[in-house]
Amino acid sequence: MSSAMYERMRANPKFQDLVARRGRFAWTLAFIVLAMFYGFVMVVAFNPTALGQPVAEGSRWTVGVAVELFMFIFFWGLTALYVKRANTEFDALTQEIVKEAWKDQK
Amino acid sequence: MMRKTLTALAFSAFSVAAMAADAVAQTEKQATNWHAIIMFCIFVTMTMGITYWAASRTKSTADFYTAGGGITGFQNGLAIAGDYMSAATLLGLTAMVYTQGYDGYIYMLCFFAGWPIILFLMAERLRNLGKFTFSDITAYRLDQGKVRTMAAISSLTVVCFYLIAQMVGAGQLIKLLFGLEYNVAIFAVGILMMVYVTFGGMVATTWVQIIKACMLLSGGTLVMVLAMSQFNFSFTTLLEKATSVHKLGDKLMYPGSLLKDPVTAISLGLGLMFGTAGLPHILMRFFTVTDAKEARKSVLYASGFVAYFFNVIFLMGLCGILIVGQNPEFFEGGVVGGKLIGGGNMVAMHLSKAVGGNMLLGFLAAVAFATILAVVSGLALAGASAISHDIYARVIKKGTASEAAEIRVSKIATICLGFVAIILGILFEKQNIAFMVGLAFGVAAAANFPVLILSMYWRGLTTRGALFGGYGGLISAVLFVLFSKSVWVDVLGNPAPLFPYTQPALFAMPIAFLLAYIFSKTDSSVRASKEIEGFEDQYVRAQTGYGASSASNH
Repeated sequence: MSSAMYERMRANPKFQDLVARRGRFAWTLAFIVLAMFYGFVMVVAFNPTALGQPVAEGSRWTVGVAVELFMFIFFWGLTALYVKRANTEFDALTQEIVKEAWKDQK
Repeated sequence: MMRKTLTALAFSAFSVAAMAADAVAQTEKQATNWHAIIMFCIFVTMTMGITYWAASRTKSTADFYTAGGGITGFQNGLAIAGDYMSAATLLGLTAMVYTQGYDGYIYMLCFFAGWPIILFLMAERLRNLGKFTFSDITAYRLDQGKVRTMAAISSLTVVCFYLIAQMVGAGQLIKLLFGLEYNVAIFAVGILMMVYVTFGGMVATTWVQIIKACMLLSGGTLVMVLAMSQFNFSFTTLLEKATSVHKLGDKLMYPGSLLKDPVTAISLGLGLMFGTAGLPHILMRFFTVTDAKEARKSVLYASGFVAYFFNVIFLMGLCGILIVGQNPEFFEGGVVGGKLIGGGNMVAMHLSKAVGGNMLLGFLAAVAFATILAVVSGLALAGASAISHDIYARVIKKGTASEAAEIRVSKIATICLGFVAIILGILFEKQNIAFMVGLAFGVAAAANFPVLILSMYWRGLTTRGALFGGYGGLISAVLFVLFSKSVWVDVLGNPAPLFPYTQPALFAMPIAFLLAYIFSKTDSSVRASKEIEGFEDQYVRAQTGYGASSASNH
């Protein structure tokens, strides 16, 4: 029975829409995090002195500290962005899909 | 019976404290820290009360493994943070910033960066597909017996390595902070953990972790604020003074010796990021919430707390350079720059004493003990569920076991794991266990993560591929660590390592993925094509959550 439900949901164009939109959003964010994080790791590995430079002439803040603090905040900001969109837009769409699959059963 | 046992335990907690006084009088290793012991007893009393309450609410297997799925996203976020930030985080990373400066901050980013990835790619699918353990997901459309056995073996491997690290750390730490004998400390941790988990299951474990996370966050913040007030809350002043007195000088803020070659840096990054996504006790926490919505919120809160606390630790470490590192009181023989009293990991403790006196030191010591208990309980529950839910109920009984029997087995498994942890803790007392946490993350990244992510994302995965990938990753991660410098040379005393790098992930993860791919692709059995067909329904459920196990009504 549930297999038939899954079949109907799969056939719903909204399902394809949900999967495509959420997938694109999630992978974009994941790609940003991975690229920034491993880019940073590469700099640590290949050009460590660049991270020890001051951000501006005479400042005690180094590039490394500034970049890392930014990444902590930015990555967390991205998780907030994802949760906000997934918990409203995507969840509403999901509920529609499930509801329509129920209706078709009757 | 429950009431009697708890009363007996309350008494034994006090007699342990009394014994401690004797032990210290004999060995004179460290003065008994009464502030710490009293605060810790308050913590134990409180958590025992919760365990007593939780025991009355733990009836079904769902209650036992996942607190009935009724934990909110915020509570679970705190519990995940409590589960993830061990005593090694508080003490080890503060010490790392104290000695290596910026390197410690890099480590912390590696520990943090896995969380966004878990959210974007895994959290909702985990919640939608899983029930009690992550093998529910890997075995969803594959051969239950074989795949669950494999997942249970690798889970237990991770749990055991992690437990050794925690238990030995606990023994050493408690010996220092509370003035207890090493073996007494190990038994205290092991027995308290058994009580929490066997009586209170996931409900008690969750609350122990939540309380501990609140204590850790508030204690750390208080120490940081008091310490920073000495520098007028100016990060610039702090950096200026720290670099002028530290022996590394300006190099303090440069990436240094810990990540000297690119391979180690990348391998560490991979291991910590994807290891986090393969730790069974962390994955299990995703099944305690009502639905995918709450699962996402859990990660949002958990990663927020983790990121915040790592920055607190960075500041604590830097303040420690000036407040602890310049004060002869904290060095053996009063020589500044010599050996710190109690060893290098004591920076956070000395700092709390310097800025807040014995009261704050006692509080932070109690936090460290509570931290160990919370992490160990989470590990024991994850290990016990692998034994009872995967091996006993699904592999041996093939799904015919009654709930009561399954809970009984998991309680027995918890007690066995408790004794295993105590025995391992005593056996490894004198060993160099620095590699243990790395090994646990390495195995999690190479054995658990690849099969888990493939089972959720790749329709082509078959039982044969999953088995080769999982066992291949497990064996190669263990062998790489065994042949590396940290075990082959430092523990076994051989002259040169057989494997030149200390971090296994960069090598073991590709092996796991490649084996899973090759052996799935070449699998032309009838069952394999059924398993590939099964992906379609699994995919719809993963995306929509329809059919996912829901919260029980308690």
